[in-house]
Amino acid sequence: MFQNIGEIALLFWRTLCALPFAWRQREKVYDQFFEIGNASLLMVCVLSFFIGAVIALQTGPVLVERSLSSAVGGIVGISIAKELAPVMMAILIAGRIGSAMAAEIGSMRVYQEIDALRTMNINPIHYLVLPRMLAIAIALPLLVVFAILIGWFGGAVVAQANSHIGVPFQAFFSGLKDIVEIKDVANGLFKSFCFALIIGAVSCHQGLVTIGGPRGIGRSVTKAVVNSIVLIVIFDYILTRFLLK
Amino acid sequence: MTNPPDNNNAGVSLQVRGIRKSFGNQEVLKGVDLDVKPGEIFVIMGPSGSGKSVLLKHLIGLESPDAGEILINGESIETEGIAAKYRMALVFQSGALLNSLTVGENVGLYLAEHRLKSTEEIEKIVAEKLETVGLKDAVDKMPGELSGGMKKRAAIARALVIEPQLILYDEPTSELDPLSSVVIGEEILELKQRIHVTSLVVSHDRDLAFGVADRIAFINEGRIVVVGTPAEVKRFKDPLVQRFLQADFKREP
Repeated sequence: MFQNIGEIALLFWRTLCALPFAWRQREKVYDQFFEIGNASLLMVCVLSFFIGAVIALQTGPVLVERSLSSAVGGIVGISIAKELAPVMMAILIAGRIGSAMAAEIGSMRVYQEIDALRTMNINPIHYLVLPRMLAIAIALPLLVVFAILIGWFGGAVVAQANSHIGVPFQAFFSGLKDIVEIKDVANGLFKSFCFALIIGAVSCHQGLVTIGGPRGIGRSVTKAVVNSIVLIVIFDYILTRFLLK
Repeated sequence: MTNPPDNNNAGVSLQVRGIRKSFGNQEVLKGVDLDVKPGEIFVIMGPSGSGKSVLLKHLIGLESPDAGEILINGESIETEGIAAKYRMALVFQSGALLNSLTVGENVGLYLAEHRLKSTEEIEKIVAEKLETVGLKDAVDKMPGELSGGMKKRAAIARALVIEPQLILYDEPTSELDPLSSVVIGEEILELKQRIHVTSLVVSHDRDLAFGVADRIAFINEGRIVVVGTPAEVKRFKDPLVQRFLQADFKREP
């Protein structure tokens, strides 16, 4: 993976240079954006509800036992907003959308469609990479907003319904409001934006360097997902360290 | 993306000087020299694996040679902006249509992406070109719904839309029935007369080669064996060339 970092960075830079052409590709950006939202929204809702629920279930009884029931909402709220929603949604999107990007571009490469674009003087970065990168860079933070809200709701439902916790809805959100600041949510969204760029760059790069037939496409898809997840986890630490300052 | 100029329709000349190319330890092209004149139909023939398709990819810039150079109208193909200066098209052996687009969108892709015409004009041109290759009813079909031969004809229509100055065909009649092959051959000839395009055809099809070529080059094991008019190539006394030209299936009585 690390031998490709330079190539991925170069692809990212070339995509940045192609930004002035983004308006021309707006229809493709919209198509990709719809594809990402359509494919992921339900999954995001289910996943984030249960993440919120399980965090409340894990932390709630311990805090209540120590007479810290007012902190349940805050703990669930901040862990979802700053860490769990951005990272878990990025991993979900790497699996669902990153794999699809690598497979689609990889099959275009294998079946000479990218060569055909080049012979027509159509830059594959403008035509294929730029719309996907823009769409995922917009869509992932938006999905994370959904994930945060639904995660909080999931946590609140469990905090109220579970007999070992028994924190009412209003008390949960009041505690959440005391601890979670807008800045925390913004940090989470910034992280998700960076993760989106990682998924887009890694997946498109894997697609563009695909060689061989169907087996090569399969290999590219696996590499795109695994490399994206590894980089997401590494950058999660780096970004968290940077944002703590 | 730089929009190509729209004011020059003349065919271009093509010079290949000492092209060499290796993949790993295997040398595929061993010093190829060619001169293709503007507006000429030049056919490259040779057995499978002789380096024809690799040579074709070099000519349109999809591969870079290890040594040697390729000149278009005297300018190196490596020169920046050459792809925008001269309109070139390659008809791939597989067609290489974009599977996510309809046939009509594929054919109009060049015009749409370079914003050369309005949507209505593009639709009109696409319908005209598809009619030329006998695919008028396939405009809304997806490439997956087409047969191999239909895909190839759609790819030719896509190349015609570019109104190229240099058009390269990789096995244009493979997978086509004899009638469709004749249509493609006639289209290659008509293009030469209508827009004076330079055509370079890689083909095994002897009928097509001797029917349309102004000159033929025979390539074997990465080297040009002979270049000449169809009559000169037919007269060339080389056992391999003669075997290739006269090969025929003979059933035992």
